[in-house]
Amino acid sequence: MSTSPQTLTSKDVAKVGLLARLALSEADLERMTGELSKIVGFVSMLGELDTADVAPLAHPLDTQNVFRDDVPVASLSTAEALQSAPRHDGSCFLVPAVLGDSGAA
Amino acid sequence: MQPLEMSAVDLVAALRQGDITAVESATVFLDRIEATNGSINAFLAVDREGALARAADIDARRKAGKPVGPLAGLPVALKDVLCTSDMPTTCASKMLEGFRPPYDADVVARLRRADAVFLGKTNMDEFAMGGSNENSAFGPVRNPWDLSRTPGGSSGGSAACVAGDMAPVAIGSDTGGSIRQPAGLCGITGLKPTYGRVSRRGLIAFASSLDQIGPMARSAADCALIMETIAGHDPGDSTSLAVDVPRYTDLLDRPLAGVRIGRVPEHFAAGLDPEVAKGVEEAFAVLMAAGATVHDVQLPHAKYGIPTYYLVAPCEASSNLARYDGAHYGHRCKDLGQRTAGHTGGFESPLVEMYCRSRAEGFGPEVKRRIMLGTYALSAGYYEAYYAKALRVRRLIRQDYLDAFQTVDLIGGPVSATPAFKLGEKTDDPLAMYLVDLYTVGTNLAGVGGISFPCGFTKSGLPIGFQLQAPPLAEPLLLQAADRFQRLTDWHRRRPQAVGVAKT
Repeated sequence: MSTSPQTLTSKDVAKVGLLARLALSEADLERMTGELSKIVGFVSMLGELDTADVAPLAHPLDTQNVFRDDVPVASLSTAEALQSAPRHDGSCFLVPAVLGDSGAA
Repeated sequence: MQPLEMSAVDLVAALRQGDITAVESATVFLDRIEATNGSINAFLAVDREGALARAADIDARRKAGKPVGPLAGLPVALKDVLCTSDMPTTCASKMLEGFRPPYDADVVARLRRADAVFLGKTNMDEFAMGGSNENSAFGPVRNPWDLSRTPGGSSGGSAACVAGDMAPVAIGSDTGGSIRQPAGLCGITGLKPTYGRVSRRGLIAFASSLDQIGPMARSAADCALIMETIAGHDPGDSTSLAVDVPRYTDLLDRPLAGVRIGRVPEHFAAGLDPEVAKGVEEAFAVLMAAGATVHDVQLPHAKYGIPTYYLVAPCEASSNLARYDGAHYGHRCKDLGQRTAGHTGGFESPLVEMYCRSRAEGFGPEVKRRIMLGTYALSAGYYEAYYAKALRVRRLIRQDYLDAFQTVDLIGGPVSATPAFKLGEKTDDPLAMYLVDLYTVGTNLAGVGGISFPCGFTKSGLPIGFQLQAPPLAEPLLLQAADRFQRLTDWHRRRPQAVGVAKT
């Protein structure tokens, strides 16, 4: 495991942009490559610490699963769930085609 | 005394005794907001009609001898990160412009049941990401003490509206200091409770293992009053603690004799402004005069707090903010086909293109930066080196606190290294802005509680904040110590001149 400072390339950043579902312009890519490289370089100082024997702590509380009683309770109505949808047909959210070429250049 | 100058505790008492009606009280604050919000920009939405209707209903019930809630008629401002079914909820983002949630946050529902009167929604850094309020999509908030300076962030609107007498009480949220730092920079009192003390249901999620809601007010006593309403178990938040809520207001007036306060020598390192250092040292002296003892303690991993936080928080944010997809609610790009110039293309499908373009248009630069950073740190090949590494260091940081609290009851120190900085001063350097959180992120990483309150002013008239941190669920001690300090000092009673001293 290496935590030495990473330098990100604009290709790396473009890939992350797609994973993050963010359309990035060429100018965005250039700016973010520099900014993210700087930030990643900074946070890499954690590599100074030997944590081989330290378990990850994902949560500050000693969490345990919480069950509620198995009793039906009201949830949002369809109308409430759709009230802020950008596009819907009264019963479903409407989105562009899930499959197929986006046609982008 | 006029309502604008009264503490929340006194205002609730005056309302109960009939010295003032809820309508009169709401009107005074609404008028004040109308007169000053143009220069402060603390509110994104003001609900005059709703507030006055609510206040009239409370007055009518009280007059008829019907029961009213413990906060009956108290005006409260809500950070715009809290879902409200009757007001827009934007998180200061274009992504949620005009969004009307279908339900109230648990905190909002509790305040409603207590008969608080909501004045409106306060400005903030977009999705609570920032320390200066300059990341709002709807313009920065200005510090009432100096309109050219930041109020801090992300709860900058909540802090500025209390400092500017636009509300006696505001609700904020704190993921890495977002209640305590703006409270410090605006000269008010802000409590970040223990993780899980206040339900997060309906709090728009930023970093779920760090986020916590808390009160911002003029005094610790006012924060105690609000905590009695907002704290407590909520079956709708599986991380909310099923622990009884103390009567915080009854636990304030106790002597500090024998309370051990830790002082971390590293807090006074080179980066600390000398005037802030002086104010903080004087605060320790006041607490000692009140009977507390001060002891040096170590938080050996404190310097790793910022890098740990800026991995954990963006990773959680990148996951939480995946829900903004342009399909269910929030911003959606215009129809595909009308392509924006300069986009890089290469999307997998029309649906993915819609996601990517909606999110690119809806989120501001800092939110995008953190989503990108988190996505990178969680991606294949980097997860172990960044996210898992940060979680391991997080355990070391929490252990530092648990160890320190074996020998002291509280840890005191500065809340931020400098007084309020100029708007625009750090906007070109994201990393410099992240360092603003130096003294506050440890509290969230450890899941403990912290309070910030004013302990002096610089020569140029800017507030200096003092922070106390405490073991889990020691809010009574935090509030008691801050209240004792405020009985012995008058820093928290000072009012800014920049927008005029409150007069009615």
